[in-house]
Amino acid sequence: MNAFEYVRPDDVAGAVTMVSRDPHASYLAGGTTLLDLVLKDGVVELGRVVDITRLPLRGISRGDDTLRVGALTTMEELAADPTVTERLPFVREALLLGASPQLRNMATVGGNILQRTRCRYFRDPTVAACNKRAPGSGCAAVTGVARMHAILGARAACIALHASDLCVPLVALDAVVHIQGVGGKRSVPLTEFYVLPGDRPDIENVLQHGELITEVEVPLLPVNARSGYLKVRDRASYEFALTSAAAALLIEDGTIARARLALGGVGTIPRRAREAEELLNGAPAVNQTFRAAAEVALRDPFTVSGTAFKVELAKRTIVRILQTVSGVQS
Amino acid sequence: MDIVSTLRVNRTERPFTADTRTTLLDALREQLDLTGTKKGCDQGACGACTVLLDGKRVLSCLSLAAQCEGREVTTIEGLARDGKLHPVQAAFIRHDGFQCGYCTPGQIMSAVALLKEGRAGSDEEIREFMSGNLCRCGAYPNIVAAIREVARLGSESQ
Repeated sequence: MNAFEYVRPDDVAGAVTMVSRDPHASYLAGGTTLLDLVLKDGVVELGRVVDITRLPLRGISRGDDTLRVGALTTMEELAADPTVTERLPFVREALLLGASPQLRNMATVGGNILQRTRCRYFRDPTVAACNKRAPGSGCAAVTGVARMHAILGARAACIALHASDLCVPLVALDAVVHIQGVGGKRSVPLTEFYVLPGDRPDIENVLQHGELITEVEVPLLPVNARSGYLKVRDRASYEFALTSAAAALLIEDGTIARARLALGGVGTIPRRAREAEELLNGAPAVNQTFRAAAEVALRDPFTVSGTAFKVELAKRTIVRILQTVSGVQS
Repeated sequence: MDIVSTLRVNRTERPFTADTRTTLLDALREQLDLTGTKKGCDQGACGACTVLLDGKRVLSCLSLAAQCEGREVTTIEGLARDGKLHPVQAAFIRHDGFQCGYCTPGQIMSAVALLKEGRAGSDEEIREFMSGNLCRCGAYPNIVAAIREVARLGSESQ
């Protein structure tokens, strides 16, 4: 681990300029991903750490149909927001099922979106083959011990999982990420924010170096919608998902008027299940529909021996959350 | 690269000089001689290093000391007042809420925060909101009993 400079700018524009001009600089917010990678695992080297935790990017404000969440709002702060409880209950569930209370007091919403994979091969600098760390070097996970790895959007070059719980309901909701760079501001839907591994698994999202997430805009669910988040994991608590699913349904007279569905624990990116939504929309809220949606959502997985079990588990996770949210018995 | 900074720990200003890479945990233990806060996994997985930062529980192993300048840090050494143990400390002793004791400062700091957060409504809730603190001796039932008792006594005294 090399030495780094620590700076704490007092305005957003200054911070953005500082990081944009220095290829070896990085923003530091909650630190629960970055300091782990820099100080403990030693797989990220930095020349300068730009602490943004005191910038005015914290807080939640409610509009008519959306919630605007400052990027430095912590996971616990977002979970405690009354509008989240009332109009985005599955966001609250996903938040409180993630990490631990200590980590949720530190980790920010912006940092949650940008969290790096928990793949042990990526996080072990003694492992030579990792296309995410060293493009072109190969993937040790594909032939190694893989359990907490992706089956959707994965390929032989990289099966690293995006382990966020929060991002699962956020992609289902069509949340929008607001970004500030030296050239100005822009907005990107979260569903278009992430980049699939392709030939360059090291490129994970559309951010240019120095661009800063300032705010996340989350559309509220209709008042009469029902939602839920189901997380399946190896331990009862404080564990990453093997599979998870976020669902929001608007049901009228036994028919699904509008479905939103996204998957966690299975994707190289938080996975919106659009084809499954299309199948659900207008269909009767019955088990047969749910199973058909699950089959569509898990079409063409890429599995290795350690992750093959996730295909059926993810399907059952989808069926279960749709049953729970709709109130239909199994 | 060194930084010269001041931490406010247990209601006292504590100046220190350390490398920029120093975590809050290492600053407390190595610079300020506050060794009550323990280093377990040192990577955010076990909770042994839990302290309060501006009253909220955080992991000191994943915080830079430099980030904490001007903020109020409370460690296990800061809980007792006038020689009298904090009610959670006393309850851990009464209920034998530890065996080897290494995770205990983190367990107690987390429990103090949990009670303030109002998360002691049931044993199930206590277990869920203490899940960030691992105990390899397996003292969990007694830890839950200690927290349950303080929650009950607290609600009776109100």
